[in-house]
Amino acid sequence: MTDEQLLRYSRHILLDALGIEGQEKLLSAHALVVGAGGLGSPAALYLAAAGVGRLTLADGDTVDFTNLQRQILHTVDRVGTAKAESGRTALRAINPEVTVTPLCERLSGSQLDALVGSADVVLDCTDNFATRHAINRACVRHRKPLVSGAAIRFDGQVSVYDLRRDDSPCYHCLFPEGEEAEEIRCAVMGVFAPLTGMVGAMQAAEALKLVAGIGESLIGRLLLIDALTMQWRTVRFKKDAGCSICGQKNR
Amino acid sequence: MTESAAVLIRIPTPLRTYTAGADMVAVSGDNVADALTALGRQHPGILERVLDERGELRPFVNVYLGSANIRSLEGLGTPLEMDDILAIIPAVAGTIPR
Repeated sequence: MTDEQLLRYSRHILLDALGIEGQEKLLSAHALVVGAGGLGSPAALYLAAAGVGRLTLADGDTVDFTNLQRQILHTVDRVGTAKAESGRTALRAINPEVTVTPLCERLSGSQLDALVGSADVVLDCTDNFATRHAINRACVRHRKPLVSGAAIRFDGQVSVYDLRRDDSPCYHCLFPEGEEAEEIRCAVMGVFAPLTGMVGAMQAAEALKLVAGIGESLIGRLLLIDALTMQWRTVRFKKDAGCSICGQKNR
Repeated sequence: MTESAAVLIRIPTPLRTYTAGADMVAVSGDNVADALTALGRQHPGILERVLDERGELRPFVNVYLGSANIRSLEGLGTPLEMDDILAIIPAVAGTIPR
């Protein structure tokens, strides 16, 4: 680590659980952040500020004026530009040491598969179930840790699927894929701006812990936030032995 | 004849449009199915978001009794006791329809 890095990351290095060894793990890590919107913005900002060495930021959308209420990677002067590119600009401004690879497309198929395979940790910051399930399948296939966040209206959810472990449930164990899965999402719109910040920041926290190998992650626990009453609860869930994605016979 | 258990159902914010904003709804029921049916009677429209046309739990919705997923208990037939708290926990994706 250079003198500048020792200074920049000194407040991490001072943490007993992290120290120089943990920070070095962050510096050599590759995080894949899928989605550069409400969740991906804070998540990517914290990962970059914290010194994750390589960040791949994928999003197929362009910055819209209505995004600026919560998507803090983006600015008024970048409305109309690709979110992934806009994100790179913001992340570079905070930490030019981080190598940011912007992908201005909605990931799917072999491209998603290859990217997940090359990542140390994957953050699902997406806005649709099809991509969520595709990311989960790729993480199961490559046995990669997945940090999943979601927010709508005043409800937030965060969990970790550490698919390096045989006993970890996957996203499909908790929410099996179904053709009607869009109903609730499309029925309502709107999201409380700071809720996306809370969820995205927690995704970054869980990703950093997984990379550094510290603490206890949210494996098998779904953290639920009701920002309207500011109640935080966790519910537990288990691996589904018969899961069509991660069940024993499918591994 | 014994009275049905009085229980509370915790409503997630995406479904509070059906409950006039209420985050908890008090119902009576001997089991989860009874309680959800009572919820549907009080707040028309909400049940269709939770159960499919066959009356089964939709795959992207989980119902918890305390800290246990009813799928790991006895499903909709899971018996309820007085003052139990059920929570409806739908999968959440994001805000943008495609």
